[in-house]
Amino acid sequence: MELISPTDWTKNLVLAIQEWTYLAARSIGNVFRQPRYVADTLQQADLIGVGSLPIVVLTGFFTGGVLALNAARTLEQYGSLSLTGQLVSISMVRELGPTLAGLMVAGRNASGMASELGSMKVTEQIDAMRALGTDPSKKLVTPRVVATIIMLFFLTIICDFFGLTGGFAVSALGLHLDAHQYWSNAYQSLEFGDVIIGLVKPLLFGFLVATIGCYYGLTSRGGTQGVGRATTQAVVAASIMILAVNYFSSQLLLYLLK
Amino acid sequence: MPAPVLPAESPASISGAQMQPVIVFQDVSISFEGNTVLDGISFSLERGETKALLGVAGSGKSTILKLAMGLVKPARGQIWVLGQEVSAMKEEDLFELRRKIGMVFQESALFDSLTVRDNVAYRLIEEGVPEEKLQKRVEEALRFVELEHTLNMLPSELSGGMRRRVAIARAIVDQPEIVLYDSPTGGLDPVTSTTIIELIVKQRDVYHNSSLLVSHRLQDAFTMATHYFDRGQNRMVPLNGAPVDTRTSFLVLRDGKVIFDGSAHQLASSRDEYIREYIS
Repeated sequence: MELISPTDWTKNLVLAIQEWTYLAARSIGNVFRQPRYVADTLQQADLIGVGSLPIVVLTGFFTGGVLALNAARTLEQYGSLSLTGQLVSISMVRELGPTLAGLMVAGRNASGMASELGSMKVTEQIDAMRALGTDPSKKLVTPRVVATIIMLFFLTIICDFFGLTGGFAVSALGLHLDAHQYWSNAYQSLEFGDVIIGLVKPLLFGFLVATIGCYYGLTSRGGTQGVGRATTQAVVAASIMILAVNYFSSQLLLYLLK
Repeated sequence: MPAPVLPAESPASISGAQMQPVIVFQDVSISFEGNTVLDGISFSLERGETKALLGVAGSGKSTILKLAMGLVKPARGQIWVLGQEVSAMKEEDLFELRRKIGMVFQESALFDSLTVRDNVAYRLIEEGVPEEKLQKRVEEALRFVELEHTLNMLPSELSGGMRRRVAIARAIVDQPEIVLYDSPTGGLDPVTSTTIIELIVKQRDVYHNSSLLVSHRLQDAFTMATHYFDRGQNRMVPLNGAPVDTRTSFLVLRDGKVIFDGSAHQLASSRDEYIREYIS
């Protein structure tokens, strides 16, 4: 493995952040500029949204179930088993729904974007696109960013719902809790701030997943090995950024909605 | 390789009012990761001229095409294309200019998820050309490269030579003022290479575009200088004294510098040791 000096490492990091920031800013700026690739955006929305639906549903369902299972053991000691719905609801809507949906989409789509754009890059298809007078940031990046932001928003809502359903399945079948009690508890415990926090986060995560996936794809080099490396880096970077931004956005939003 | 029959020099035909340069490189240098690839090169391409860029692998031939297209920026120097300084233009401003230039990439660079038809039509679709007109122009371009039967095929279903021909069709579909060919015969067998060169000669003699051709095969460049496209016979034929000016010149690179820029005659009679060895 090639050793790199701390100075060069820092320079490369600063350069990568600068390039990612530029790409991310352009991807958003392109929304307000012609031409707009609506058909490409819809195609990406189908790939990202519909394609990710099964994994998001399963992740939400089983996470909600295991959350209810673990919560019940603790709540039972305090005779508050009826609060299971509340705990599952707040955890899913505020934190786990957005984070898990984001991580699932990062694993599936950030890697897909990095490998697709990376392959195009190393086979000179990106250069060919530029040579043909098309801006790759408009044609390739913006449709993916817009589609991911919109679809992750809805996927998070679906993840939340199936998380609550998973929690309900465990509560009703395993813990023999009353269905009405579970659902009314889950619904009434949610406050306006919880819902806002849960719906703002997927917008941030969608933006991060798509821009990071596209960035690593468009900067990949070194043939198929480079594409593989870019794919791995995209998933790792997107996942870490989701977890970090989740913490800071929670802090900020809790402060703002206090 | 047999000694090529070189065209007669005709200085009168390669000067005049219409000979405005379409590409000008002035003292251009570029480095990649500390390695100097081009070091202060200067040359110009006149309107209607074809210039073959020759040199060993890694001598910076392909980089010249990418610089002309504005795909990479020089570290030093100025590049003018069709009267605009591409070396000083922003990426967003270059897209309009690039629509007047066609480029054939080394490995074809066809969009692998699009059919041949959509690849060739790509630029026209982007420009919003009506469907009927678009179809006609795509069929014309594919007929030019004799691949009209591949319209609905994917690039992966084509041979290497066919992919190059589709790449040529994509580059010329809306008759650009300049065509840049990056090793169009690289990695192809001699028969297919001759077919590709014949297409480039046909493009040159039928449409009279200006072009830069990167090649590491000297025989390709000499074939271009010594042959012309006969419309009557619908094939490339040797000059053999015919009063035709192929307007093909040569530029040889060595260690990032231009060591020769001139006609086929001048190249063949050069006394430079490296050039003599290179063309032998």
